[in-house]
Amino acid sequence: MTEYRLLRHRVIDDIGQLDVYLENGGFQAFEQAVRDKTPDEVIQVVKDSGLRGRGGAGFPTGLKWSFLGESTPRYVAVNADESEPGTFKDREIMEHNPYQFLEGVALCAYAARANVAYIYSRGEFWDISAQLDERIAILRERGYLGENLFGTDYSLDLRTHLGAGAYICGEESALLESLEGKLGMPRLRPPFPTVRGLFDRPTVINNVETLTNVPGIVANGSDWYREFGTEKSPGTKVFCLSGKINKPGNYELPLGTPFRELIYEHGGGIPDGKQIKAILPAGASAPILKATDEVLDTPMDYESVPKVGSQLGSASVIILDETVDIAWAEYKITRFFQHESCGKCTPCREGTYWMRNILDRFEAGQAAASDIQLLDDVAQGIQGKCLCALGEFAGGAVAGGIANFRSDFEKRTGNGHE
Amino acid sequence: MLVKKHKSEIDQILANYPADRQRAAVMPLLYLAQREYGYLTSEAVGEVADILSLDKTEVAKLIGFYTLFHDESGGDYRIQVCTDLPCALRGAETFADELCENLGIELGGTTEDGKITVESVMCLAACDRAPMFQVQDREGLHYHENQTIDSAMELIDQLRQEAADD
Repeated sequence: MTEYRLLRHRVIDDIGQLDVYLENGGFQAFEQAVRDKTPDEVIQVVKDSGLRGRGGAGFPTGLKWSFLGESTPRYVAVNADESEPGTFKDREIMEHNPYQFLEGVALCAYAARANVAYIYSRGEFWDISAQLDERIAILRERGYLGENLFGTDYSLDLRTHLGAGAYICGEESALLESLEGKLGMPRLRPPFPTVRGLFDRPTVINNVETLTNVPGIVANGSDWYREFGTEKSPGTKVFCLSGKINKPGNYELPLGTPFRELIYEHGGGIPDGKQIKAILPAGASAPILKATDEVLDTPMDYESVPKVGSQLGSASVIILDETVDIAWAEYKITRFFQHESCGKCTPCREGTYWMRNILDRFEAGQAAASDIQLLDDVAQGIQGKCLCALGEFAGGAVAGGIANFRSDFEKRTGNGHE
Repeated sequence: MLVKKHKSEIDQILANYPADRQRAAVMPLLYLAQREYGYLTSEAVGEVADILSLDKTEVAKLIGFYTLFHDESGGDYRIQVCTDLPCALRGAETFADELCENLGIELGGTTEDGKITVESVMCLAACDRAPMFQVQDREGLHYHENQTIDSAMELIDQLRQEAADD
């Protein structure tokens, strides 16, 4: 049994009130860091903890912070653009354990020697962002944000910023473009944001869940953090479980927990006595897996999921049962990517359009047998040629669907084996 | 005029961004304009462009890119049902169709009284509580989760009542 380290509101009522959060050790890590630790000491403990970015890429957080360029001012931009189909964890954290998240942002800003941090939420998080504004105002009143914090010369302000409905803004360089008031389109890299990011300044960009881990690490040390998880994927993770499952929801479990435990012990198995057919381990953004025993027994961590042909990503686990037609699922996924492609690079803009076009034919029952090959060609043709991960994901999703579930496509061409 | 009516709010928004990077305020200002005018009229876009000393086209192109900005009037309340994969697995497509049928409109259409528009949208990060939708109005956005046709119709009656009281 894991203890809650992120979803602490599930065991501590009212931790969303500042006084309750303070009674439970809140803001001690931040105050001690600002008073007694150098930014480099904070970076070191986060490095030692092995914390990896929870937005999807799994990049080591402390390492990212150590790449920051020297010039000032520097910024922190928090990625609260949670938009991956199947992902709803950052929302729960910001709604119910907001001060731990905000303390994590503050610690990141101190480590980055930044005096302003922007929290970029998707526009749909209108109410959540307004609640964060209220809480940030309380922190200013109570002396946890503002000028000369705790009698030192360190000053910090947090500001929220709302997007307006564009999945691509969860891609970190597109987020920066959007925050600067432009179309949310990815930038060419290098330069990386840590060198030239927001307003051309060195910028750290981290996901909400990532930063919510930081207060515990700074307060209790890296060994404490490593009590859960694996050597290379330490800590707990919030797994979002959805689709054909009895108990959908967020589950905080150690990294390395097998799919089977999440699905059957915590999620209560598949409704109506149906059999599990497939798993999307990272929402729309990683290849679909056949739910074989090997896959079900795979530990959910950053190293193990790639070994069976997919990715852990943001750990948004969507369950498909035997009633779900994979050609239909790929149609839904492709419709999503086609809608959300920003249009900047040709392979993604045209490729998602043509895949959608072909999958429309499968949906309408008008696909020819040769359309399977055509679809696969387009999907393969996109990959390795896009400016950002969106196009790669779109191609990988369809190619993976055909590779693992070809018969579902064949059935819809009239040439299958019904 | 936004600058006359909402001067202090505009100043507050602008103060959030560095003095030489005021363009960053364009999205918050578009939300303000949308609240004031109901949707982003050509005049509203011009006003936002003037505040930031930007070309009007630089502002207008954002409206096409971001789905929460509207350049034409819709119902007073936009009911935006998520029909993406995880929600669809929990019956969201049937839900959206039945809701439209109850209201006598097509998906994307607006009721005859001009109050309610029903749209299908992409993932809203509420996959475990589908069917769900958000309601966008001039003032903002609110989520409604674990919905049935009955609960949705009850809410719509309330919204119509509120619109009539205004």
